[in-house]
Amino acid sequence: MSNYKLEIKNLSKIFGQRIIFQNINYSIHSNFVLGISGSNGSGKSTLVKIIAGVLSPTKGHVNHFVNGEKIDYEKLFNFIGFVSPYLILYEEFSAEENLKIISKIRGIKYEAEYIKELLAKMNLYSRRKDIVKTYSSGMKQRLKFIFALMHRPNLLILDEPTSNLDNEGKESVYSIIKDYSLKNIVIIASNEEQDLAHCNEILFLEKYKSQ
Amino acid sequence: MFQKSYNIFIKDIKSELRTRYAINALVMFILVAISVILFSIGNEKVNSDLTAGLYWVVIFFSAMSGLSRAFVAEEEKGTNLTLQLIASPDTVFTGKLIFNLILTFFMNIVITFLYSAFFESFYIKNPALFILTFVLGNIGLAISSTIIASIIAKAGAKGTLYPVLSFPILLPLILTCVQLTIFSFDGTNFESVFYELSIVVSYNIIMITVSYLLFDFIWKD
Repeated sequence: MSNYKLEIKNLSKIFGQRIIFQNINYSIHSNFVLGISGSNGSGKSTLVKIIAGVLSPTKGHVNHFVNGEKIDYEKLFNFIGFVSPYLILYEEFSAEENLKIISKIRGIKYEAEYIKELLAKMNLYSRRKDIVKTYSSGMKQRLKFIFALMHRPNLLILDEPTSNLDNEGKESVYSIIKDYSLKNIVIIASNEEQDLAHCNEILFLEKYKSQ
Repeated sequence: MFQKSYNIFIKDIKSELRTRYAINALVMFILVAISVILFSIGNEKVNSDLTAGLYWVVIFFSAMSGLSRAFVAEEEKGTNLTLQLIASPDTVFTGKLIFNLILTFFMNIVITFLYSAFFESFYIKNPALFILTFVLGNIGLAISSTIIASIIAKAGAKGTLYPVLSFPILLPLILTCVQLTIFSFDGTNFESVFYELSIVVSYNIIMITVSYLLFDFIWKD
């Protein structure tokens, strides 16, 4: 089991005069599924982006540790898998080209067997050589899961993971969450009851609007 | 890190060859700009000082039409987040800089070739000085254009903001390069242009240092 720890300390985000959330404190370890819930515009996506290190907080810190050692911001992307509706892959390339290019940019080996397995699991193997532009929104969402899992991250962040997916796709996602959370941390930002049912704990953002 | 940056550059080249965002705009701009200059000059004899100025004017505006694509294309396609999730800021900046360096050199070689073919006054008496100016000027242009592109990619009016923001930053480089190009036309020796060359080298060092220091903050919203 990977020994991963996520520590959120006094985290606040303010856009102009608007307080999105403030003073969030949380600490979680591997083998944990954290849900983030809140009404539209409550800051779910903002919070997961801050946790992923792609957005700066106004106040506070998010620290990531692996085996007790703090991970540098420069190397953080190697430990995180991220899926969201606003994540867009390179549509001018095919799924396979995207995954190969991404492996090269990450500086990791393209694990052909593992990726073949993921493509088959997400029902995209037969369409792997097609340009992503020709994919439906559900297929693009499935591809994002392969993108998020291909480097075997320790922290899997899923923002509205089942949006655009059919029932079969949703089942694949729930199976990924179940398997992946055994050894890693999974964060799910969603308002769907079915999604949040897989969480050990749920963080309600409304509670952090004003304190 | 360089290998990862090189892979970003290769990704951009492949993407460019499929979408032809920057290359078509650049080639068309160069052809139109030089044609307009040639039509407006007509049979007039243009002196070498003016030729040098016009040469760098075309280079500046060509850069403005094509070099912003490195970051603007990612922003417009919505793939910025993907890149943020797979590479460190330094890797991204280096990859985009390599792409802009290659594009700048390609663009300016074409401009230089067209100028030498169509402008009689484009006669270089000190080729070594011209090549050195060309190389240092292109490096400076690529560095500045890359960091400015990363800033304006987040803004609304990208098209207008790019030349407006670039002008004051590129002015010292362009003015010095115009002066050095005039010297290369006049056949001035290297000892006499040491001051101007020092300005261009210092400009490049300052811009590359500032760019790497600032890019972390620009890249992370």
